[in-house]
This record gives sequence, C-alpha cells and structure tokens, in this order.
Amino acid sequence: MAANKLRESASQTAGPFLHIGLTPKAVGIATFMTARGHDITGSLAKGTRIRVEGAVIDGTGSPVKDALLEIWQANAEGNYAHPEGGGPVEEGFRGWGRAITDFETGEWGFDTVKPGPTRGRDQGLQAPHLNLWIVARGINIGLNTRVYFDDEPEANAIDPVLSQIGSPGRRQTLIAQKSDQDGAPLYRFDIRLQGKGETVFFDI
Amino acid sequence: MSKSGDYYMRDRSLHPPAHTPAYKTSVSRSPRYDLISLESSVSEITGPVFGHNDIEPGDNDLIYNHAAADESAIGQRIILHGHVLDEDARPVPNTLVEIWQANASGRYRHKKDSYLAALDPNFGGCGRTLTGADGSYSFRTVKPGAYPWPNGPNDWRPAHIHVSVFGAAWAQRLITQCYFEGDPMIARCPIVQTIPDAGAINGLTAKLDMCATIPFDTLAYRFDVVLRGRRATLFENRPEGS
Ligand SMILES: [Fe+3]
Repeated sequence: MAANKLRESASQTAGPFLHIGLTPKAVGIATFMTARGHDITGSLAKGTRIRVEGAVIDGTGSPVKDALLEIWQANAEGNYAHPEGGGPVEEGFRGWGRAITDFETGEWGFDTVKPGPTRGRDQGLQAPHLNLWIVARGINIGLNTRVYFDDEPEANAIDPVLSQIGSPGRRQTLIAQKSDQDGAPLYRFDIRLQGKGETVFFDI
Repeated sequence: MSKSGDYYMRDRSLHPPAHTPAYKTSVSRSPRYDLISLESSVSEITGPVFGHNDIEPGDNDLIYNHAAADESAIGQRIILHGHVLDEDARPVPNTLVEIWQANASGRYRHKKDSYLAALDPNFGGCGRTLTGADGSYSFRTVKPGAYPWPNGPNDWRPAHIHVSVFGAAWAQRLITQCYFEGDPMIARCPIVQTIPDAGAINGLTAKLDMCATIPFDTLAYRFDVVLRGRRATLFENRPEGS
C-alpha cells in the first residue's frame, strides 16, 4: 500500500462557544442528563489524591478565559483504561477528564490521582505524567503537552520524552510545581501558549 | 490484518498552521516553537473508551432535545450523517461524536454571544452520539445560520456545525467544523481559509444527500470524518508495500 486511501480531516478551531457542545452545563444548557469529564478516577481508585491547576496564558501575558483542556492519564499502577493500556484499572476509573478555564479568572483545575510510571516504547519506563490537550478560539489545531511532577526527579531524569528536549529551560515548562494545601498535594501547571516560557507542545 | 503499531504521522500540510494572521485571535495564541515530534507510546495509542452509558436516547436529535413538549426547533430540518473512518478507510466504531452549532438565525445559546439575532427557546444547540460498529453516526438538527464575528470589518462565518471526535486513541483526537456544499461564504471565511489545502477544505464540506432525505420532512447532508490511520506492527520497520 503506497499511500493512505483517505486523508485525515483538517482541524478547525473549537471557537469561543465550545462550551455549548463540550461542557453545556457551564453555560446553563441542561439538554443532557449526564455530564462528561468531571469524574476522572471513580471512587475506587487507589493512589494519592491530587489536584492540578493552572492558567492558560497567551502571548500578551493575558489569561485565556475560553479554553478547554482534556487530560488522559494512567492510574496509580501505570495502566490506562483502554484495551492496550497495560493492565487492569479500578472499576470506574476512566482516566479522562475535561475542564474549562474560568470565565473570570482563566484558571482551570483537575482533581484526580497521581498516575504511576507507564511503559515506554522500548524497555524503559515513562515518568508519571498527565497527557493534556488544549483547544480554544484562536487555536487552529489542538495543542498536546504533558504534565510531569516536580517530586519525581529520578523518574523525570530518565524519562524518554523529557530527555528528548534539549533545553533545560524548555523541559522545565512541563514540570508541575508541588505545594501542600491543607495536606492535599496541589500541583501548579501554567500553560504559556507563546513567548517567554512558552510551554513545550508535541506532535504526537 | 490487525493494526497495533504507531499511528501514521499527522500530515500537517492538511491542517491549518498555528499562526494565521488573517484569523486575528490566532496571532497571540499560537506557539512560536516548533512542535516536538513524539514516537507513539502507550500514552498516545490509548484513549478514553465511551459506551452507551455516556449518552441518552435523543441526545443526537437537536430539533427535540431542548424543546418543550410538543414543540420543536425552528429552521430547516436536516439530517447530518456519515461515517467516522481512519485513513485506511476502516470504520472507527463506538467513538463519541459531539456537535454544537448556532440556531437557524445564526445565534448561539451562550452568554458570550451578543449577536442580535433571536434565540430559539426550543433549541439548545448541542448533540452527541456514539458511532455504530460500521463507524456510522447520525444527527437530526436544523441548518445553522451564518453569523457575523469580530475579526475583519465585515467577516461572517459560513453556516457550520462544530464537530468533536475522539477515535480509539489520544493520537486521533480531533475537533473540526462541518460546512455545507454550495455556500458562497466558505471561500470568504478567514477561519476556513486557515486550511492551506483546497482538497482538505472540500473534505469539511457536507454534501447534499438526496438518498437519505425524508420526503416531505427532512433534507439530508453527508459528512464523513477521517481520523489518523495506524500501522500494522508487522510492517513497522519496513517501507510500506515491501
Ligand atoms: Fe461557530
């Protein structure tokens, strides 16, 4: 087979009104009985409960208040909830979540469990990470990045993806910073779309 | 032949670049560094799995899913249907398709939409469904109106429906827009024209489908979505076709 039979459909921006289709309750639309993407882990997930939050910041330094983020992650044992995910996950663990940036502040956040290391392409392991996908008005094709954790220095040091990024400063844009808030770990991960401190984005 | 290798590299020449100055919002929201290419790992070849618990009957019927009893949305009744396929024309089954759109007058049910066109109390503007085993999906809705938007001094969006598709893997995640065959606004739209490839624009244009029309009731448009295809592991280290 010399060429693909079909070509991938072109991406288009999700636009300013993405909430209608993807998070309708956030704009007061009660069409659907069930919302999607709030509960990433289910109630039976093992591991450390964490919160990850941040802002999406544009090239002028302003927060983006109409973005949508999705995460895709493994459970605490490093398994994804998928037939090729590496192993079983807890009942109710989906590993997928969806959040919007706040209309006033531009802040987003996910409550989840810290993922375990996942298998790499070859023999090694990938450091614990969240896969993140960002769409918004003005973003023509969804941006893929990864959230790593600053309290995993050994795993991060040998992570095959982080190791691919030559500049330590750029690598640092993928490391969420931990602080403790009422004992529950909170990780800060600001996403800079452009300019100083621009987040590393991937062609996955 | 089973497919269990990497996803084909995304052909970026079919997609809009990040920085497209004629679409002004992209100027400050586009990364300046090149994307870093990743080889597929378990993180990219897996993705969320959806099932019938995630949707309700009627979620794909926008004419009625927000309407009062015995009422319905105003506008031209259409069926929007097609298949979700991959680049090798294999169906993508059981995947979540979500759509959203303006009403027939071009107004969104959204607090940030200030266009003076009227809201329709019976139209919410969102729908969702799962593809069948053959990758097929179908929505019933009204044809959305064109609407003006702040960009150039007189820019209007062609009639369009926003479409979100997951596929079987994180690598396949896609959001796009569906346009309608014959609309003269398509060629004038700065957002459509971010796509550098005329064939790719044509691929986002739904075709009138008289075969699926319901006589005296509803017109039909056909819109197929193509997601990235996948290598068979067996051939991973060999040129294709050898
Ligand atoms: Fe729109």
